[in-house]
Amino acid sequence: MYDFLTGPMLWVTFLVSFGGLLVRAVMYVRGLNWQLDRVAYRPNMSYGIRGAIRSILAFIIPFKAQAQRERPGFTIIFFAFHIGLLVTPIFLEAHNVMLEKAFGFSLPTLGTGFADTLAWMCLVGGLFMVLRRIAFPEVRIITTAYDYLLLVITLAPFVTGLIARYEMGDYNFWLMAHIITGEIWLLSLPFTKLSHAILFFMSRMQLGMDYGIKRGGMKGSDFAW
Amino acid sequence: MPEGKFCNKTPITTDEQLKATLNDKGGKQYYEEMNHLEVDSEKLWGTIQKTMKSRLKTWLEICAHCGLCAEPCFLYQVNGRVPEQVPSYKIQATLGQIVKKKGKVDNAFMQMCMETAWSKCTCCNRCGHYCPHGIDMGVMFSYLRGLLYGQGFVPWELKIGAGMHRVYRAQMDVTTEDWVETCEWMAEENEDEWPGLEIPVDKVGADIMYTCNAREPKHYPEDLAEAAILFHVAGENWTVPSEGWEQTSLSMFAGDWECCKDNVANVYAAIERLKPKRATGTECGHAHRATVIEGPYWMGREDGQPPVPFLHYVEWLAEALREGKIKIDPSKRIKEPVTLQDSCNYVRNQGLKDVTREIISYLVEPGYFVEMAPCKEHNYCCGGGGGFNGIGKYREQRNMALRKKMDQILDTGCKLVIAPCHNCWDAIRDLEEEYEIGIRWTFLKPLVIKMMEVPEHLLPKDE
Repeated sequence: MYDFLTGPMLWVTFLVSFGGLLVRAVMYVRGLNWQLDRVAYRPNMSYGIRGAIRSILAFIIPFKAQAQRERPGFTIIFFAFHIGLLVTPIFLEAHNVMLEKAFGFSLPTLGTGFADTLAWMCLVGGLFMVLRRIAFPEVRIITTAYDYLLLVITLAPFVTGLIARYEMGDYNFWLMAHIITGEIWLLSLPFTKLSHAILFFMSRMQLGMDYGIKRGGMKGSDFAW
Repeated sequence: MPEGKFCNKTPITTDEQLKATLNDKGGKQYYEEMNHLEVDSEKLWGTIQKTMKSRLKTWLEICAHCGLCAEPCFLYQVNGRVPEQVPSYKIQATLGQIVKKKGKVDNAFMQMCMETAWSKCTCCNRCGHYCPHGIDMGVMFSYLRGLLYGQGFVPWELKIGAGMHRVYRAQMDVTTEDWVETCEWMAEENEDEWPGLEIPVDKVGADIMYTCNAREPKHYPEDLAEAAILFHVAGENWTVPSEGWEQTSLSMFAGDWECCKDNVANVYAAIERLKPKRATGTECGHAHRATVIEGPYWMGREDGQPPVPFLHYVEWLAEALREGKIKIDPSKRIKEPVTLQDSCNYVRNQGLKDVTREIISYLVEPGYFVEMAPCKEHNYCCGGGGGFNGIGKYREQRNMALRKKMDQILDTGCKLVIAPCHNCWDAIRDLEEEYEIGIRWTFLKPLVIKMMEVPEHLLPKDE
């Protein structure tokens, strides 16, 4: 079972997940329409790219966008959650041991303490995400069961991973649970709202181009949309 | 498929239809008929499949339901922060549902959508910058308005407004003769005070072609005279077209895209015919957006640009002041606290924040200009944007919407507001009428005329 999950199943998962996200990115660009979107993408590509980069940077650098400055609490939770979510799995020592075994190379790895902190950051951040959905009426009204399901899918590998890491209960059981939930998470990426992993960049890029070309960029406005 | 006499899926295209619909006071029969209007689900879904591409589809799909769009929306703020005013909720509950149900929605649902699209969003685009995913609700509501218009679910005034454009090619019943006569009348009226003042109609090859808002010839002809005086003093070689002089587009508020294209085609045809080096329009936000920012796309112009460089009035004025074509008498500079209303349609939608402030630097004594908070691209809608000002059915909601601007103005402590946009000017006038906070409001033209130095040779000679 372990060999299957970390062998063929893992490769299928990677293929579907990353291939799927790539397909979504390509489909997004193919579905852009200069006339319907009312943005002259092609003739003004340089303005567009400038706007796109500005827009993406404004929203991935903490506290750069006005929106993030106005909501410092949310911004901290949001970045803690996402940094923990992305950095931990990629640079975790245990994951890189597997990588080394399979491909003969590995990435720089995190110290155990640091990795633990990141994982907890993600968990606590996720917990706050749940709490604000319940606590704030403006978030509650738009929250659906689907939103909670996505949080469960996303957090499950961290919960199981931490249980296994602290060797609480049956290690093998939690290790398997960790691998399975991790693969579910990866497989969900292209097919659910988690596709924002790539579509965030596509959407911001498009809006950045819109503003960069049409709504101010060509008039010299440096506003980062 | 029952359709009403006034409320139906067919745009108004004749003078008779227009007059008949206008005579239905307040749209009483119109809204009654709307209760029986059937939804053509097939057409609705067909349109969505044809026109809803990556951008809108992705926006609907990836909205993370985080609620960060709530606070940036002024309508959420002024309406007691009720969750029903959260932008994400407003669009998911309307367009989102139409898409989910593949167009199979009923009359009551469409009426709810109409109310949401025209009284709970002014398409000010402010939320777009506050959404982590870059979802611009203004764009989505504008799209929804198009779908609703196609099904006949549009406020009475906007059905008429789009009809006016279709019949008269102007938002009001101003004919070519009316327009040309108004130009002649205004030139004559002011010629004693401004010897040699002209409003040249259809001059070929002028340096600049001027277009305006039909409300001006209809109700504020002095605005046209003021434009003429400023061009005269600036020594501009200018003209107005006899056809294609109207650059507003109530059809854009209504979601009548076919008509939008026709409006712009009319202005661009005037440009092709008169071959001016450049064009400019009046102090109006949505007119500029319709003709200059969105217009090129409706016309299928691949470069996204009008046929000749087309400036907003603030750009022309800033240039005239910068180059000394118009000089301000320093003793007449404004010496009282004054604030500026940023119009969503050319500040948030074309980055014209700096030129407006450049104008202020010439007109206002240093130390007297007070910015609203927030301002520039972060400024709030005047409260009457996107057609909100003109819809009787939603007057109460509109009056509530004005409160944000009222608070912003009160916070500056200014009694004078410069509003270089027709719609903002109207909204600020209405907010003073409604709430009596003791403010004055002005366009730039009359202000500059009062303050400029007039060269000796342009002054009237004593008899």
